[in-house]
Amino acid sequence: MRRMTSATPGLDAVRSTRRGALTTVSGRPVERLYTPADVAGLDYQRDLGDPGQFPYTRGIHATGYRGKLWTMRQFAGFGTPEETNARYRQLLAAGGTGLSVAFDLPTLMGRDPDHELSLGEVGKCGVSVASLADMEALFDGIDLGRVTTSMTINSPAAMIFAMYLVLAEKQGVSWRTLSGTVQNDILKEFIAQKEYIYPPRPSMRLVTDVFAFCAEHAPKWNTISVSGYHIREAGATAAQELAFTLRDGVEYVRFGIDVGLDVDVFAPRISFFFNSHSDFFEEIAKYRAARRIWARVMRERFDARSPRSWQLRCHAQTAGVSLTAQQPYNNVVRTALQALAAVLGGAQSLHTNSLDEALSLPTAEAATLALRTQQIIACETGVPNRVDPLGGSYFLESLTRDLEQEALAYFETIDAMGGMVEAIERGYPQKEIAESAYRFQQAVERGERVIVGVNEFVEADEEPIGTMYIDHSVAQTQCARLDRVRSTRSAGAVRTSLARLQDGARSGGNVMPLLIDAVRAYATIGEMCDALRQVWGEYEEVPVI
Amino acid sequence: MARIRVVIAKPGLDGHDRGARVIARALRDAGMEVIYTGLRQTPEQIVAAALQEDADVIGLSILSGAHMHICPAVMALLGEKGLRDVLVVVGGIIPDVDIPRLNAIGVRGIFLPGTPMQEIVDFIRKHARTRVESV
Repeated sequence: MRRMTSATPGLDAVRSTRRGALTTVSGRPVERLYTPADVAGLDYQRDLGDPGQFPYTRGIHATGYRGKLWTMRQFAGFGTPEETNARYRQLLAAGGTGLSVAFDLPTLMGRDPDHELSLGEVGKCGVSVASLADMEALFDGIDLGRVTTSMTINSPAAMIFAMYLVLAEKQGVSWRTLSGTVQNDILKEFIAQKEYIYPPRPSMRLVTDVFAFCAEHAPKWNTISVSGYHIREAGATAAQELAFTLRDGVEYVRFGIDVGLDVDVFAPRISFFFNSHSDFFEEIAKYRAARRIWARVMRERFDARSPRSWQLRCHAQTAGVSLTAQQPYNNVVRTALQALAAVLGGAQSLHTNSLDEALSLPTAEAATLALRTQQIIACETGVPNRVDPLGGSYFLESLTRDLEQEALAYFETIDAMGGMVEAIERGYPQKEIAESAYRFQQAVERGERVIVGVNEFVEADEEPIGTMYIDHSVAQTQCARLDRVRSTRSAGAVRTSLARLQDGARSGGNVMPLLIDAVRAYATIGEMCDALRQVWGEYEEVPVI
Repeated sequence: MARIRVVIAKPGLDGHDRGARVIARALRDAGMEVIYTGLRQTPEQIVAAALQEDADVIGLSILSGAHMHICPAVMALLGEKGLRDVLVVVGGIIPDVDIPRLNAIGVRGIFLPGTPMQEIVDFIRKHARTRVESV
């Protein structure tokens, strides 16, 4: 086993002992010491600004978390809508301040639970939602006018959002007051998470249809959460996460403007979602660089006039990929440090992972402990009492600038390809990420990158911990509910609404009102997605290694 | 000896292909012939690929919890096609209770999160069917 300290004093001895570790988790070299020379050329007003001032490097609010803490939003969903509903009520009772829905793979892929590809997947990685009947059960007893809900759904984002809108209508809650987020970020699906249905261009149209619909009918709803989280989990470095996410954001703004929307109407509803990985300072710098890049891009590239268009708001989630199946209690410590980085980076909302997530979906106890981790940071550490406390650090400012420059270099490459949609069609970001993932794994195998409990400080004969196990009865329950829905609804109304949806998809009008009508008729997610598959076709990635 | 031929497949609806791609590259760098099927392959498609590619090994990457549906289907189809000597290994998130169940139906190697790539390479070299280069 490698020694963690050198018996020989002196820098060279220490350096030679720890050579492999003197880079960030992204492989960025780190100097011994940072001095004013490292931040030469940095102008406070131009490059940092006070918190709440352009370019928002130090935060978008003058008061930081002094006025309002971040939203503690724990992503949850599993099994039947009833089971997930019980978990939501528990999280709200435990002090959670927002809901965040995890859907199962059939829902994410626009398949009904009884489709052959859904075999073995129903309710496993999230909650199964096939029709409005499931949505009603999911939010039973929860007033949509009083909670904010984030829904992690992308290819069928418009369909699921339509279900949420119809449910609000049934609860008597005005769409104009609804607050929450639909992830709706299809570009990162092509880049990293790979839960796509339609080809990129019709997929982008669904996204801009949601922008346009919300601008008119649901002005408080966040229409997209441009996500770096999955890009990072797939193996990207911090700079790649920053670059591809923000360049995705640029692409959405460009498409929105191209369909005739006013940038200052829809851009303020764009939010972001970043990973909070293990390299403490690199992560803090990443959030700061993200705000600076976005503010400048929006003002200079898109000529946005509203400060709300310039301000990058983001959710953060600790890095699932950093969690280990070995010695799972170590994950509590990892998550706490990652969460602290997100708080020091100024995220607006945060999810902390549970200790058992390398093994299964979290148990209720593990999910509660993850929430408590945030509450301890919020209430006991004193960290949220000042805004951007690390601002001005030679190291952090230098790192912020390095990340910014690396991201802007990627912008140039992608712009030269014609944009992100074109870059994706050429497989460019996909290849960059796969390279980084492989390099990281090789570094781990060579022992250059230490993962405690995995390649060092290993324990033989670990005691297993209790985990959650989802059995096949969920699929039976969900298929039975689906049968009931199909036998009690008006088949004619469903047929008509789906035919109208296809006509709308062909003609180029906004499909949102058509989806809402289909949902009201209890059309299923598989039926709505299939109707559009027939019009737009399906995307298939060319598998390369 | 001919190079070991491996089909790496990603069954089910899950798109998280980091593990599948990393192990595909590691096996290729270790001198094996690797065919990556891409995403969302049905058991039928995977077995057809193994037959067509004359694979010695099938590697399944499953993180979604669908392994107890997918693996039995793949094993049954291999039996039907007379491919019982193809080594089947699975990598991903597999609960402890399912490991003996998978072993019992003939899945020989089960690799959980944190497994070094070298361990998988060594396992495949040791257990893949041996074949003589045809001239």
